[in-house]
Amino acid sequence: MQKYLTCALNWVDERFPLTANWKAHLSEYYAPKNFNFWYYFGSLAILVLVIQIVSGIFLTMNYKPDADLAFASVEYIMRDVSWGWLIRYMHSTGASMFFVVVYLHMFRGLLYGSYRNPRELIWLFGVGIFLALMGEAFFGYLLPWGQMSYWGAQVIINLFTSIPFIGPDISLWLRGDYMVSDATLNRFFAFHVIALPLVLLGLIAAHIIALHEVGSNNPDGIEIKKLKDPVTHIPLDGIPFHPYYTVKDIMGVAVFLMVFSVIVFFTPEMGGYFLEANNFIPADPLKTPPHIAPVWYFTPYYSILRAVPPLFNSQFPGVVAMGLSVVAFAFLPWLDRSPVKSIRYRGSKYKAWLTAFVISFLILGYLGTEPSNVWGQFDAGMPVLGGADRATVAARVLTVVYFLFFVLMPWYTKNDKTKPVPERVTG
Amino acid sequence: MKKLILILSMLLPLAATANEGMALDKAPINAANQASLQRGAKYFVNYCLNCHSASSMRYNRLRDIGLTDDQIKANLLFAAEKVGEPMSVAMNKKEAKAWFGATPPDLSVIARSRGADWLYTYLRGFYRDDTRPTGWNNVAFDKVGMPHVLWQLQGEQHLKVEETTDAHGNKVESHTLVLAKPGKLSPGEYDIMVADLVNYLTFMAEPAKLQRMQLGLIVLLFLAIFFVIARALKQEYWKDVH
Repeated sequence: MQKYLTCALNWVDERFPLTANWKAHLSEYYAPKNFNFWYYFGSLAILVLVIQIVSGIFLTMNYKPDADLAFASVEYIMRDVSWGWLIRYMHSTGASMFFVVVYLHMFRGLLYGSYRNPRELIWLFGVGIFLALMGEAFFGYLLPWGQMSYWGAQVIINLFTSIPFIGPDISLWLRGDYMVSDATLNRFFAFHVIALPLVLLGLIAAHIIALHEVGSNNPDGIEIKKLKDPVTHIPLDGIPFHPYYTVKDIMGVAVFLMVFSVIVFFTPEMGGYFLEANNFIPADPLKTPPHIAPVWYFTPYYSILRAVPPLFNSQFPGVVAMGLSVVAFAFLPWLDRSPVKSIRYRGSKYKAWLTAFVISFLILGYLGTEPSNVWGQFDAGMPVLGGADRATVAARVLTVVYFLFFVLMPWYTKNDKTKPVPERVTG
Repeated sequence: MKKLILILSMLLPLAATANEGMALDKAPINAANQASLQRGAKYFVNYCLNCHSASSMRYNRLRDIGLTDDQIKANLLFAAEKVGEPMSVAMNKKEAKAWFGATPPDLSVIARSRGADWLYTYLRGFYRDDTRPTGWNNVAFDKVGMPHVLWQLQGEQHLKVEETTDAHGNKVESHTLVLAKPGKLSPGEYDIMVADLVNYLTFMAEPAKLQRMQLGLIVLLFLAIFFVIARALKQEYWKDVH
């Protein structure tokens, strides 16, 4: 038996680098041995991608991208398709969990300086994945054709209207109609099921190829390739990805799937954050809901959009700020001037700025789910702030903090009091 | 792992459902009470399913609440021929809009958009208002187009508006519903009836809910065992690293 298998493998290897790829990417890809909790989210992102693709394929078999049929076809999936409710909840939960996992994965990068030389391209491909994922989520959210789907798409497409001169034509071109309609639904369906998934897969492949070229960073932020065994040329602090990290990631997968299952089976709406109550009302172009909020994963950026005051009656500055708040991540490799990568050896300045950034991000995210009068108004008698919405003022301050984290980074990272970095990985 | 749970719980703030600033009564419903669900189905078919459709709901899905096809056919099938048909209505949508000012919405998933508590408050919140074309208004839905279909059962309520002055000297309006003309049911009986109806509407909005939760327990049990094995496997391999 063994003989025949070896024979078959040789036959393939003479025609396709199967064993060579297996070795290069798994059994002889040496990863640092000190990965911690934060290093689970890369493989988990791939798991969620697979869940989304597989559940998405089955949803496509019964979903109707037609303004008259879309809403009812989703309910048809929920009731009349065998296990349809499970497929649909896996997809809707997967959408939100994709962002949970990707946000934690990105935060890991901020903690350990994973974007620094020589990993700038990995990071840039990652930012590309994040942008594509946001597009994928936005296009997908229109498909159930509920009130929030409809009016959310309306609001986002209208943002493009604020671009000077060409804005109105651009939004008309995006919608394919003068308002969000059947034409819009059809093209969003095409983007969601084929265009963006292809872009995502390409970027993810590039992300992983670049990673395996330079090797993984680690919680100490030191290069394990600098110290190799003189005979075998294996990094002294490296262990083969397979089997060590494959078995470790399987354990992570088990924990993640438990969290995922609790949501899918016991609280698929997640208190209105994953599936909004208003989205169980069919889209009605004549009835604007009193409060339109994007899904939670977009709310930090939506808060920034709302926080920037209009200029010459145009929302354009807010739109630019929102765009910049996402794109800003791409500049991190060149903004960070610290001599060390990992937060373990950084000084208090970086730690303080990162904390301020995370707090801003979370509060902006919360405020984006609420109307801007959620915290009431300042007393009319107060100087300067009198009568202003408290939440709007808070969002403005936090928006400034958000951007200062990036803008001031060259200075506070350069002047920070860092600790000496050890030769070998710790812990 | 603790950190992940912490982060996830931070994403889970105060459950938010729009109630337009009004305090809602808690609906005393129980998805496991089949007798209540069956009574609710009877009320739904008799009182709601003349103007409101539930076009995503098939009659034979009522098997999930313990009814047989024959029982459904004999007692609940007024507007359809076969038990496999969806709950649709014969009323013309355009005419309905002319009569009520708005087409009565499809109720298939109304419990998911409005919530059970809102429905429970709404169905008990009708009061006489001569300024409205139907003669009825509602505390949960001001200027509602729907007349009080269950008025013979509940009777007629009036809205008592009292203006009081609070400790800060601000005028506060308080609204209370007073039963002016009793109906066929006592207030307690009427509340139970509405609870049954809301229980049914909640079931109809997601018929697979009970199955979902039962399956969830099995899946979690499997994953717990899977985790123990995965952890043992990891520790076995990692012995030579540490």
